Amino acid sequence: MALWVEKYRPLTLDKLTFHTELTGHLRQLATTGDLPHLLVYGPTGSGKRTRISAVLREIYGAGADKLKVDQRVFETPSRRKIELNVITSSYHIELNPSDAGIYDRVVVQDMIKEAAQTQQVSTASTGRKFKVVVVHEADALSRDAQHALRRTMEKYMGNMRVILCCSTTAKIIAPVQSRCLLVRVAAPTPGEIVEVLGAVAKKEGITVPHEFAMRIAEASRRNLHRALLMLEAASVRQYPFDGAQEIPIPEWEEHLRTIARSALRQQTPAQLMAIRKQLYEVLSHCIPPTTILKTVALQLVEDVDQALKPEVVHHAAFYEHRLQSGQKAIVHLEAFMARFMSVYKRYLMELV
Amino acid sequence: MDFFGRPSKTAAAAGAAPTKSTESSKPVHVERLVPWVEKYRPKSIESVTAQEEVVQVLRKSLETKNLPHLLFYGPPGTGKTSTILALARDMYGPEAVKTRVLELNASDERGIAVVREKVKNFARSVVSPADPAYPSPPYKIVILDEADSMTTDAQAALRRIMEQYARITRFCLVCNYVSRIIEPLASRCAKFRFKSLPEEQAVARVAMVAESEGVRVDKGAVQELVKTSEGDLRRAIMSLQSASRMATHTTINEEMVRELVGVVPATVIEKLRRVWNDRDVDKCVEAVDDLAFSGFPAAQVLAQLHDLAMQDAALSSLQKAKLAVLMGNVDLALSEGADEQLQMLDVMMQASQIVQSA
Repeated sequence: MALWVEKYRPLTLDKLTFHTELTGHLRQLATTGDLPHLLVYGPTGSGKRTRISAVLREIYGAGADKLKVDQRVFETPSRRKIELNVITSSYHIELNPSDAGIYDRVVVQDMIKEAAQTQQVSTASTGRKFKVVVVHEADALSRDAQHALRRTMEKYMGNMRVILCCSTTAKIIAPVQSRCLLVRVAAPTPGEIVEVLGAVAKKEGITVPHEFAMRIAEASRRNLHRALLMLEAASVRQYPFDGAQEIPIPEWEEHLRTIARSALRQQTPAQLMAIRKQLYEVLSHCIPPTTILKTVALQLVEDVDQALKPEVVHHAAFYEHRLQSGQKAIVHLEAFMARFMSVYKRYLMELV
Repeated sequence: MDFFGRPSKTAAAAGAAPTKSTESSKPVHVERLVPWVEKYRPKSIESVTAQEEVVQVLRKSLETKNLPHLLFYGPPGTGKTSTILALARDMYGPEAVKTRVLELNASDERGIAVVREKVKNFARSVVSPADPAYPSPPYKIVILDEADSMTTDAQAALRRIMEQYARITRFCLVCNYVSRIIEPLASRCAKFRFKSLPEEQAVARVAMVAESEGVRVDKGAVQELVKTSEGDLRRAIMSLQSASRMATHTTINEEMVRELVGVVPATVIEKLRRVWNDRDVDKCVEAVDDLAFSGFPAAQVLAQLHDLAMQDAALSSLQKAKLAVLMGNVDLALSEGADEQLQMLDVMMQASQIVQSA
């Protein structure tokens, strides 16, 4: 049985519920028969992938949904073999070059260029002369790979279009950005999420009280994907819903909140050791360090006094930046916690 | 500049695809598949404008049939690649160009092995027959586009090759940053700096493309296109083409252009600035949350906030200086991949302290 998120994913542009203006633009692009290169960006769970596949379907018809997974093998200049999973249909290729790590440039040079150089046999049903390469997590592409993309995008535009999908444009180099049409997909508002939740619940034959849906929407932090998962989890746990029912939040998040609270309770080396242990545990569950630091920091910001907030935020930003350039995440997470404790303790002592 | 000169001239030189831009009866999507940037690349160096000094020297070398090794550098979208391609065409004619010019760019593998084999083999091969209608000097050209992304080793391997086969092969290196070309290579070439194009000329070109493509576009929108692309003509024309696809039935206006090139609406920025002036920290958190959800890129927001703050008459010079330092630090952090939300929050909170510190 598929998850509701997959089961009720809109497949065509007509079925998309929010961002109607954007949908209109996309339809116009898809129906004119000529698509520019696209750079789709927006926060997670705002429907980037859904929109991309809907556009593909609009262009190529139902054939674009017949997907298969291929495993391709590349050879790097240093004779190392790397494997990459690629999702293909007869009209498009989806790939995630960042899986190839530092060799993503080879993938771009080999794979995308190969796709670009072979011409699409135009079938009567579609009449499109180009195929589409969808690059997921384009912001993880190395600079070399992006440079390799530059000329390819220009030279082979007759045969191929690139759709880059990423959460921020900051890491996409300017020459690539200037070759694309920027498409911003904003996160849905809580109201829009509530609507979608209602529609899904109706199809599943369950009823969701409005305020409960509203609470899910709030708790999901405007991430539709997450909201739907929450709704499904809640319905498994207890149905029919009552208004006061607890919304299931992921365990790790609860865990991080406890960490934040314990740092507020006591500021001693012993406590820091205890927190260190907990942080290790969360890290070992493969939660990205940035998410950990951010969640803890935002929780702390919420709980501390007004006057202290800017300082806490500053330290959080500082250590998060360090985290990016550093090697071992735990060191920076711990440093932040220690820093926070010292700041908070000083503040408490001055208060007395 | 990706300069296409007067249409008549372009058409005459193009030969193969003479009347594309004027033929509107063709099925629309067939014609449109070419990016306008390629379509309106100058076909002859005479139609390259705004780089008079460079063109003058090259014209001379066409007459004397003598060409030094070349090194073109300058900001993106100023016509470096276009110029050398146009020159090659003027020299050899549209047919012989194919066999006499080797173009390598960053999308090709260009490690030391390629330089040793591909480039060397091409460099020492015999010059192909000439087209009598053109000057056709007895040497070939190797164009190394985006040469600043070549490794130092590969560049070093080029040194000897350049000298050894100078009689039958000339090299043209094209790059953005001349400092990334190793000194021994740079000293073997005649250097040409391509300057950013002046606004009026860029506006004229964009307007011309719009006209020959039959796109309706506001005068203000053209200005905006040029302004937001910061002297990069390619970007301006690319944006124009994207805009034209979005607005098939309407006139392109300034607002559309701004949305297209990813400029954050002024209202959003203005709202953030109002939040500074409040003492409420929670509002900062809320505003930044909102910003993150709407998906605007933080670096862009930061740049626009910076512009706004620097022009704000209500702030003292000291405050502005502090803001500039703050934003500089955050911009660095962002470009190194720091989390956007935390960084923006930091900016907002610190900025509000600075603004109120009077």
